[in-house]
Amino acid sequence: MSLTHYLIVSALLFSISVVGIIINRKNVITLLMCIELMLLAVNTNFIAFSRYLNDEVGQIFVFFILTVAAAEAAIGLAILVVLFRTNKKIDVDELKELKG
Amino acid sequence: MYNLMHLLPEMFLLTAGCVILLIDVFSKDLDRNLTYRLTQLALLTTAIICVVQFPQLQYHLYGRHYVLDPMAGIIKISVIVLAMLALLFARPYILPRRILRGEYYLLHLFAVLGMMVLASGGSMLTLYLGLELLSLSLYALVAMQRHSYQAAEAAVKYFVMGAIASGFLLYGMSLIYGVTQQIHLTDIAAYLAQNDASLTLRFGLVFIVVAIAFKFGAVPFQMWVPDVYDGAPTSTTAFLSSAPKVAAFGLAIRIFGYGFIGIAVDWQGLLIILASLSMLLGNIVALAQSNIKRLLAYSAIAHIGYFLLGIISGTAAGFSASFFYILIYAIMSLGGFGCLIYLGQGSEDVKDIDQLKGLGRKNPWGGLLISFLFLSMAGLPPFVGFWAKLEVFLAVLNAGFIWLAVLGAVMSIIGLVYYLKVVKVIFFDEPETEQKIIAARGLRLGLGLTSLSVVALGVFPSKLLELCRQAFEYL
Repeated sequence: MSLTHYLIVSALLFSISVVGIIINRKNVITLLMCIELMLLAVNTNFIAFSRYLNDEVGQIFVFFILTVAAAEAAIGLAILVVLFRTNKKIDVDELKELKG
Repeated sequence: MYNLMHLLPEMFLLTAGCVILLIDVFSKDLDRNLTYRLTQLALLTTAIICVVQFPQLQYHLYGRHYVLDPMAGIIKISVIVLAMLALLFARPYILPRRILRGEYYLLHLFAVLGMMVLASGGSMLTLYLGLELLSLSLYALVAMQRHSYQAAEAAVKYFVMGAIASGFLLYGMSLIYGVTQQIHLTDIAAYLAQNDASLTLRFGLVFIVVAIAFKFGAVPFQMWVPDVYDGAPTSTTAFLSSAPKVAAFGLAIRIFGYGFIGIAVDWQGLLIILASLSMLLGNIVALAQSNIKRLLAYSAIAHIGYFLLGIISGTAAGFSASFFYILIYAIMSLGGFGCLIYLGQGSEDVKDIDQLKGLGRKNPWGGLLISFLFLSMAGLPPFVGFWAKLEVFLAVLNAGFIWLAVLGAVMSIIGLVYYLKVVKVIFFDEPETEQKIIAARGLRLGLGLTSLSVVALGVFPSKLLELCRQAFEYL
């Protein structure tokens, strides 16, 4: 497996997550999953480059990204709980009171 | 062993934040007065440490992950002062509402810590960590009004957009790391000085530009700005629209000015599109707004357009013009949302422009101070908004983009219409109620400070301009 294969996988993962965020109209939880997927695509990229370049900095960067991603998921789920408590629904289509 | 004294402001703020969090847990003070005072005290002490340690040279510290230079010093001090003013506004706003919790103040502390790290970031890693610390605190601040559906909706939108921006930023950084094998901005600049930029590197740069545009709220990545500004509690909006913009300027300069100055042509083209679209859309859509929070949000988009003009020029003079602009804009925006808090009596929220009717007759002083802020945003002399606009237009003219300066000038004239509309409503419309505005002392103080500084800086802008120029001596 060469570097290109890994880069293609991560580019695919990244595209899937962006497309998922754009076309998903049903559930906010799916949005959170897409965001996680986006960060995993980035991690794949960093690890692949790190291995290819024989440079461990990329792997250390990934540790930081993983930690921040966990914090981000926690805040995202907390916001989701607030939304559910006030609205009793978590559909993306319902998020339309603020507009103009 | 590293000398940790250079990190003293950040370390103090972090320790203070943790200690105040513990005190808040055990305090029986229902008004959270103790937490509030300790938070302000912690910010004040950090600001004093920053002033005492103000760097006259550029230091690259801690394995060059951390840069201490005059620009970082000015950003840190101004961010702390803006946060203190924002808390001054927030205190009377959250007292009668159900947002009154110690965490509200503490999240400001951690957001300020994030901004300080962001301002000093010397590598892509520190920049990312600072940005995330800032953003995560801001998401929570927006969602703080737990019983309001609008705040929850705004928080979801802000969170999703912010997370996408972080993802784009990281993807761009990973590609740049892959091409250059470096994460330090100085090393990337050195790489670009010796090698030609490959297509992959340019591709990564585009992702980073998009992420920065998301964070600033520049068109076409502006869709979250009006919704978040409108839905969030007004005190949070005041903070969110001021200090983080100054810190984001630090991020933009570290990346464009220090890291990628070698391929300035590439990012200039992208920024020109962002700036011209922001000026056009922001000013034109703002004309149609009757909700004053949304009006200020669209005006924020327009101001980001003007602000980017200075960065586009790609010179130290241009960067200092942008720096001046963003500092002034942060003061004006804080004051603008502060006056909405000033107008709201009890737990009422001011959202309609009509609620400002006849303010100048009921409270002449309050009306006058608020008008100063709006006239300054419009860019009329003798207020400081005029000098800020003049500086960025001159910068972009010197860089040879005459049409951009002309577009900016035309758009400022269109912008005059909606700012003057607000001033007209304040002074020339009949008041709907005769009830006078009675505001808390902290609010009057905050409003007075912001709007008088707009006047004072308008009459004597040279000191601050000189300071902004000195910040870029090490570019």
